[in-house]
Amino acid sequence: MTDVLTPVLTDNWDAERSWTLASYESRGGYAALDKAFGMAPDAIIDAVKESGLRGRGGAGFPTGMKWGFIPQDNPKPKYLVVNADESEPGTCKDIPLMMASPHTLVEGVIISSYAIRATKAFIYIRGEVLHVIRRVQRAVQEAYLAGHLGTNIHGSGYDLDIVVHAGAGAYICGEETALLEGLEGRRGQPRLRPPFPAVAGLYASPTVINNVESIASVPSIIANGHSWFASMGTEKSKGVGIFSLSGHVKRPGQYEAPLGITLRTLIDLAGGIREGHELKFWTPGGSSTPLLTAEHLDVPLDFEGVGAAGSMLGTRALQIFDDTTCVVRATLRWTEFYKHESCGKCTPCREGTWWLVQVLAALEKGQGTEADLDLLLDQCDNILGRSFCALADGAVSPVASSIQFFRDEYVAHLTHGGCPFDPAAATVFAPAGATA
Amino acid sequence: MTLSTETYGELQEIAARYPEPRSGLLPMLHLVQSVEGRITPEGIEACAELLGITAAEVSGVATFYTMYKRRPVGDYHVGVCTNTLCAVMGGDAIFERLKDHLGVGNDETTEDGKITLEHVECNAACDYAPVMMVNWEFMDNMTPETAMQIIDDLRTGKEVRSTRGPRVVTWREAERVLAGFPDDLADEGPSAGPASLVGLGIARERGWTAPASEQSGGSGRTADTKEEAVEQADTSRAESETKQVDDGTGSDK
Repeated sequence: MTDVLTPVLTDNWDAERSWTLASYESRGGYAALDKAFGMAPDAIIDAVKESGLRGRGGAGFPTGMKWGFIPQDNPKPKYLVVNADESEPGTCKDIPLMMASPHTLVEGVIISSYAIRATKAFIYIRGEVLHVIRRVQRAVQEAYLAGHLGTNIHGSGYDLDIVVHAGAGAYICGEETALLEGLEGRRGQPRLRPPFPAVAGLYASPTVINNVESIASVPSIIANGHSWFASMGTEKSKGVGIFSLSGHVKRPGQYEAPLGITLRTLIDLAGGIREGHELKFWTPGGSSTPLLTAEHLDVPLDFEGVGAAGSMLGTRALQIFDDTTCVVRATLRWTEFYKHESCGKCTPCREGTWWLVQVLAALEKGQGTEADLDLLLDQCDNILGRSFCALADGAVSPVASSIQFFRDEYVAHLTHGGCPFDPAAATVFAPAGATA
Repeated sequence: MTLSTETYGELQEIAARYPEPRSGLLPMLHLVQSVEGRITPEGIEACAELLGITAAEVSGVATFYTMYKRRPVGDYHVGVCTNTLCAVMGGDAIFERLKDHLGVGNDETTEDGKITLEHVECNAACDYAPVMMVNWEFMDNMTPETAMQIIDDLRTGKEVRSTRGPRVVTWREAERVLAGFPDDLADEGPSAGPASLVGLGIARERGWTAPASEQSGGSGRTADTKEEAVEQADTSRAESETKQVDDGTGSDK
């Protein structure tokens, strides 16, 4: 029986100066690299396939299969691009990983690049996290000086360069083709697919784009074996993942566990919902995944379980809201975010998110009629699946799911002539015992 | 005023990091901000000239990304997260208090040129909500009072340290790091803040660990075929990625 929490990626975060090469190597860091160099690149791809690792950036696509799509007979250079643009509301796992242990990522980049036969890799980090960028810059510099990067790495004959690239503020660049646009010095607007990045990505060359946590998982898979990784998790959702609890729990934070753990267990570990309150709604994987409620506490948090409950595992960004929180306010704020971050390329998203905000803002003030809820759902229907990328799909998630579960609360805004909640009661600095 | 020769040299240095120079544009614009205090017409012209693209193309990029500012930014850019979770946890109250305290609105700068206040979107620190960023350094678990104290300290020139990072540098100095010219502060600050270590701490207390290497468990039973992958993928994005098995040759279907 696997333990409830299984620190792998987080295991060295409490080490003294964990971000340094010396600390990382003292715990066996960069040993997986030698093991990898003893394997054929295709054998590494097979190992990652066998491990069952699925993309940790939200979509859950099998990582090894993604690597296998790179056409090795294509004469163009191959590229690895790490998506470190962590911006999905609620998601806060990659940032602490890169701050505490950037070498885990760097080692993962080297092994992954070797597997797909790339000699140049990019780590695209959102610009708004200065100290994280410093730590990754330093880790790459240290890795060069130690011979883990550059030419003839560890005497293997393999060469790799890594460029650390800071973004400049755009949620949309977490979308892989928009990220490539940003990395090519353009406005971050998603590309039409096909062609897919594996065939024509960065500079129209074969490109793998993976999330930070996916790439950081690779050294442990190579070091410990694919069956070790696959021994954790559930049948189709293998391995461990970092679960990020935030909001109205007593101990918000990062909990690394096998996929399939439940929110009930996680909330118990987090000391429960804050005193005197109860769980009202939560996001399983960021604001782009439909809201769930207390009736979903026992849903296994794996790709299949959350999917069956009508939402998505996403990035395991568990934002927890208690009974002091107005779901209409929460939904309006998320919708304003999507409106702000819509890149403007596709009309249903650009215009649709604007209209959602108009209707929601009126409802939040107690204006409008119940028929506006149907109007909102109709707008959702006209947005969902009608744009190049998943931003638009994400935008409708909180709207549709909040109406599904909390229709009465919307109506209460109309009968009450405004929001019936006291926002002060929901804050962390609310006086004890404050109620909505 | 045109940019100095030194700045031109550094802009070229950025472009040279990439297989195609235009990839340097985002960090180049960060460098422009570090020397100019904002995106200036001169900075735009310099980037355009060095990359062989038009000023309109550079402007198009500079106006797309929210970190690029066309008006002068103060010494300290203060960003209060007002995305849903932080807003609910107190970010809205903090932002209101700071606006009152400073007498500025969103995206405005105090008259003394010290502070630019802006509400920002989720900054990936939700377990430390409510979060405030000062020159893109984390200020975790804020209250209106602690946020105001930080602002006052910044205005009076006292040293301010990030809760998970070093002493706060100026906005221009921060922009230089983002352009890919590291300062020497990577070793400052902790490995992780308390919330990042909560789960690890519980595991240590209870003796929970990941299994030892190569424990039995068989191989992963994740999709072996594209059909299975499609079935398993739980978002349309994953689904569309999956289709590349079919479209892998790049041919139109």
